[in-house]
Amino acid sequence: MRNVYLDYSATTPVKDEVLQEMIPYFTQNFGNPSSLYTPGLTAKEGLAEARRRVASLIGAEPGEIYFTSCGTEADNWVLEAIADKMKDKGRHIITSKIEHHAILHTCKYLEKFGFDVTYLDVDEEGFVQPEALKDAMRDDTVLVSIMAVNNEIGTVQPIKELAAIAKAGGAYFHTDTVQAVGNIPIDVRELGVDFLSMSAHKIYGPKGVGALYKRKGIQMPNFMHGGAQENKKRAGTENTAGIVGFGKAAEIAGRDLEEHRAHSSELREYLWEQIKDRIPEIKLNGPADFSRRHPGNLNVSFSYVEGESVLLLLDMKGISVSTGSACSSKSLATSHVLDAIGVPPAKSNGAIRFTVGDFTTKEDIDYTVECLTEVITKLRELSPVNDAKGW
Amino acid sequence: MALYNDTVMDHFLNPHNVGEIENPDGKGIYGSPVCGDMMMVTLSVDENEVITDAKFKTYGCGSAIASSSMATDMIKGMKVEEALEVSNEKIVEELGGLPAIKIHCSVLAEHAIKNAIYDYAQTHGKTYAGLEGYVPNTDPDEDDEEEGFEEEQFSDEKK
Repeated sequence: MRNVYLDYSATTPVKDEVLQEMIPYFTQNFGNPSSLYTPGLTAKEGLAEARRRVASLIGAEPGEIYFTSCGTEADNWVLEAIADKMKDKGRHIITSKIEHHAILHTCKYLEKFGFDVTYLDVDEEGFVQPEALKDAMRDDTVLVSIMAVNNEIGTVQPIKELAAIAKAGGAYFHTDTVQAVGNIPIDVRELGVDFLSMSAHKIYGPKGVGALYKRKGIQMPNFMHGGAQENKKRAGTENTAGIVGFGKAAEIAGRDLEEHRAHSSELREYLWEQIKDRIPEIKLNGPADFSRRHPGNLNVSFSYVEGESVLLLLDMKGISVSTGSACSSKSLATSHVLDAIGVPPAKSNGAIRFTVGDFTTKEDIDYTVECLTEVITKLRELSPVNDAKGW
Repeated sequence: MALYNDTVMDHFLNPHNVGEIENPDGKGIYGSPVCGDMMMVTLSVDENEVITDAKFKTYGCGSAIASSSMATDMIKGMKVEEALEVSNEKIVEELGGLPAIKIHCSVLAEHAIKNAIYDYAQTHGKTYAGLEGYVPNTDPDEDDEEEGFEEEQFSDEKK
């Protein structure tokens, strides 16, 4: 059976070039980077090179990059640390309704400590309106956090404009770029952001590594306490091999960005054209203008069917996709992103997210569309719901 | 490695009793696409009050479809009174278990069948102890939650 992986937004395979650079750090260069003898220094140099590469990908200086265990840790760190640092100056945070749970759940946590969080509405394609941010800014606003690219519907936010509004209002600006780096050009100086989160495993690097960019000069409390690693800001023995892998993945992502974008968007557009031609009664979720969308993302609602059944039947054919909703939990837990862009529950329950990536081929798409057409037809025959009955 | 056991997967991939009986003796609907699952059951019942045929159409996840298939298998050949005893626990047992967060999917089948039997009783002038005080309802929100205990859920985090 053919295996077609179309969930590159969930995670990506580690590229061979990346793996090859990592391997020596498990065996030969295994020293603790904090040790003062040669094996330690070799490992330390591996970290330094990785830091230069990751910094270079986003236009930062190496000293502004702090490695973490994942993107979620970077998100938690910046929110909690800025809240702690600024609590006597102001307790208002602004974010959007379509952020990743790493942001939303951390904001909920901060609410317990007296923080007031504004969750900005987005338009029907998922865009945060700069005017809405302007209106939400208050004297006590200390932090604005808006993701650069949405993980479900691929919306690319106007980060530069949003960051400028936060700055003008005297607040720090953070952006979660876990889905953005390696997929759209990101330059911290050009964007004018203070903090930025990223993750290695979304850009063909290993799992278990992320990073926080912190603009030079900003003081901020630690999240992990202990040793002097990461310029005394993030304690814990470094995941040397993982960080080295992140560095290589970042180098490749920067080097091949345009090629990656062209390849992804071409196949994504081909997938959409084919689905549109073959399957009736569907709805595109997220930006219709694909130039304002993650290059590999497609999110489609198929009327009269439920996402998990589609996922399972495609899985039986070797195809991996993700559901736009979460019937994996309770019956009413629809996607907070699709809810926020006004997709009615009956449509968001039938939403599927496809993300193509570097290893996707045109043949993969042809096979997927073939199987998808069959699966949707089968489930629609099984469904008591149809247009005639008014659903 | 699969999300469900082999019995559940088999009923999901090759569901039994799919369709809609023409001129059924009883018809029941439960749930809606808004809630994430919906089932329609049609029944043929003979003069001895035996369910001679049952068919379903279901909108929902893998376990909703598997539960529908299993439940209709179970009630075929049963006396109407016996079919009223088919609880969601029994459906889950026959399926060899469902993940805790999916137990509510089997409630769908229990209610849709009950609604179909209620319809049969109303249109055929029958009364059953198992229907005493039963108010047919198509909206799960208005019924008591009968879900399995809530585990710490790791599954709803979208990446």
